[in-house]
Amino acid sequence: MVEVRDLKTYYDSGSLLDNRPVKAVDGVSFDIRRGETLGLVGESGCGKTTLGRTLIQLEDATDGEIFFDGTDITEIRGDQLYEWRQNAQMVFQDPDSSLNDRMTVGEIVREPLDVHEWKTPAERRERVRDLLDKVGLEAEHYYRYPHQFSGGQRQRIGIARTLALNPEFIVLDEPVSALDVSVQAEIINLLEDLQDEFDLTYLFIAHDLSVVRHICDRVAVMYLGNIMEIGPTEELFTDPANPYTHALLSAIPKPDPTASRDRITLHGTPPNPRYPPSGCPFSTRCPARIRPDGYEELDDDLWDSLNSFREILRERMRAERSIRERLRERFGMETRFATMDDTYEELFGDVAVPDEVEEILTEVADTAGDHDEAEALDRFNQAFGSVCDGVGASGVDEGVKPAFHQVSESGRLSYCHRHESEYRETADVIEARN
Amino acid sequence: MSTDDRSSATPTGATDDGGGDESLVDVRNLQTTFFTDKETIRAIDGIDFTIDPGETVGIVGESGSGKSVTARSLMGLIESPGRVLRGSSIRYRDLDTVRSFADAFSGRTVSVADLESRYDPVRVFDQTAATPAEFGYADPADVPLVDVVAAGYGDEVGLTSGDECVFVLDGDAGDPSSIRRGFVELTRVSGEAQRKMRGGRISMVFQDPLTSLNPVYTVGNQIKESLSLHQGLTGKEATQEAADLLEAVGIPDARRRVNEYPHQFSGGMRQRAVIAMALACEPDVLICDEPTTALDVTIQAQILDLIAEIQETRDVAVMFITHDMGVIADVSDRVNVMYAGEIVESADVEPLFANPKHPYTEGLLNSIPGGQVGGRLATIDGSVPTPNEEPTYCRFAPRCPKAFEECEAVHPIPVPVDETADDHTAACLLYPEDESTEAAIARHRGRSHGGERE
Repeated sequence: MVEVRDLKTYYDSGSLLDNRPVKAVDGVSFDIRRGETLGLVGESGCGKTTLGRTLIQLEDATDGEIFFDGTDITEIRGDQLYEWRQNAQMVFQDPDSSLNDRMTVGEIVREPLDVHEWKTPAERRERVRDLLDKVGLEAEHYYRYPHQFSGGQRQRIGIARTLALNPEFIVLDEPVSALDVSVQAEIINLLEDLQDEFDLTYLFIAHDLSVVRHICDRVAVMYLGNIMEIGPTEELFTDPANPYTHALLSAIPKPDPTASRDRITLHGTPPNPRYPPSGCPFSTRCPARIRPDGYEELDDDLWDSLNSFREILRERMRAERSIRERLRERFGMETRFATMDDTYEELFGDVAVPDEVEEILTEVADTAGDHDEAEALDRFNQAFGSVCDGVGASGVDEGVKPAFHQVSESGRLSYCHRHESEYRETADVIEARN
Repeated sequence: MSTDDRSSATPTGATDDGGGDESLVDVRNLQTTFFTDKETIRAIDGIDFTIDPGETVGIVGESGSGKSVTARSLMGLIESPGRVLRGSSIRYRDLDTVRSFADAFSGRTVSVADLESRYDPVRVFDQTAATPAEFGYADPADVPLVDVVAAGYGDEVGLTSGDECVFVLDGDAGDPSSIRRGFVELTRVSGEAQRKMRGGRISMVFQDPLTSLNPVYTVGNQIKESLSLHQGLTGKEATQEAADLLEAVGIPDARRRVNEYPHQFSGGMRQRAVIAMALACEPDVLICDEPTTALDVTIQAQILDLIAEIQETRDVAVMFITHDMGVIADVSDRVNVMYAGEIVESADVEPLFANPKHPYTEGLLNSIPGGQVGGRLATIDGSVPTPNEEPTYCRFAPRCPKAFEECEAVHPIPVPVDETADDHTAACLLYPEDESTEAAIARHRGRSHGGERE
């Protein structure tokens, strides 16, 4: 029903000096089948909401195509777009801010009908009453205001409005995240009932993986604007292929105190989407990152320190230096940046560093100490970068990206170098390193 | 802890503090009420629980159940129109604290034994709103003096002046080093004593790190403020200590980060910085109010690991508040389930999840998606009521699938779920399980939390 091909949505900062765009969605391709629920999961800032909004043309795509029953909707404009919009609707996360407090429930639900001049006013009113009934509200709620309702009921009002024009496709953007568990369960049941009754297709955006597991047929896992893994829900939850999926699943606390707690704790935070890593998007935090030849046998603790060191270099490169700091630096006074030696000591002080590694690190630290972080980072990557960091066959950073590999018979895809035949399997590596 | 246990397990006497003597924090009959023009909201309506040294106590419940108000009551952060009512007691038993407070606030320290000669139980219960039942006794003569004065009823009959907040049970109030047992009564601390307690002994981490950090000061500055207030550290020393604290909570490049502003930190880093601030004064108790709710799962995992690590290395007791049953299962040793201002079930974490007893806990666990694939999720009909009148019935009854006629007429109190499970209690007429329904109902009937009447 929906085919997405190499979709990109970038936000321009509009700044004259540094107009690197924020790459919110950076080339994703997938299909949504009629009548299914596709889950879209990932951390905040990974681009899942932007992707959802682009799919129903609330954002303009920068590049790529979105086919709805064969029509590329990124191309349509004007009347055609207006007509098409009846087909695709959205339920928003926060029921407090997505309803106008000055309108009655009836007016809110009727608004899409009015905008699209659906039949006669009398029929519209009838339709609204019918919709309120469908989502489990009473007909007398028609004349009440949103503030008179609880969070769960407000979300029901939002759902009724979404259904008003009989859409085929609905983007649900974290519809239950703001609700308590018991209320959350009611809304999920309602969404499932409505899907059966009206033959709806859902894109379900969420960060709560247990909800996704319950409601979705297939799941796409996003990280930093890319889809890392996509496939049938149960398979993906029980036997994840991508290192990110592994980490994400192991991070969910289970409501079972006897469950084993050997979760994979990722270091650091996702990179800034304005400056994504040149290789695999997940390479900066990956628990199964491929290590370069010659350094595979280094201690895991040392690798942790090396990864943190690289992160610090990256961050320092982007941190802005004020004029005051530049001056302090000039006169040899202490600034917040003049602590490379301390940082070095902090990271490598209590791990054993082999001589040849130490030599390179000292060189890198000295370069960084002279405030040439970019140069330092290059030197660092030359030595410790691998294919995951975009290092190609020639030994320099060529921006090599992973490819999608089919990892099961059902057609599940995973975006990772680990699936290439020369590397060990993700699960084994994670087990060995954790 | 049930009120019954208290009366049977310990002999009465002036200097006896009742059960749970080893606990660090002992909350008894805590009632926090908000008085507005429109209505009176009994946000916390008579709860009892304890926190032992070094343990993690989880408090779980839906929004509006009173979790955060509990935390704020412990911290002394209840502001008008809210008030902790007379009859409530929060005892803080750390001996070092009691001694140093007795030293610093000798005028506010009192030895309970010294009051004994003036104690006339009959008069107390005649002249104040106190009832023996709220202390778990039938006969006024049995009620220990310490319970009466800690709950604040001593002020009305001239036993105490209203200012005392350090109660000595064993030892000489005038000689701090001789004190062997006693407590600081948190519902009565104020002024300087309050400031020493809050932040110095008990710290709190809030849900949203951005609101607990001041955007116009560097993170280092904010940690240093706390260090100079409670430990007298200033200048280079304080900067060094602040950087060490940031490093201890896992912030890389801490020496640079000390001089950065909160907006330069990511969400997870901010929460780490807030935790560093809370740890600055080496508290004995760390209250975490939904510390991971605003964070992503991978960051949540980092923060949960960090809290567990801190607890191990610094030996602090943690009170962890959340609505997420998964997080509670992960972090807690003991769990209290709250509903409409009351603790409806309390147990060690494993029995609670393996064998939930209160119908509300069962409902809560069943409505979590994940256990069963496909099919419909179990729900609890209706929503959490606002507790604004004195309970004469079970507040969960209107939503309870197991409710019967008496649930509308009898207010359940926490009782052991059966004879063998001493530390597993549920406030439900179905329990104790091994007694007949009539006997169980009789046990619940006629008990009120009492306390101040509005």
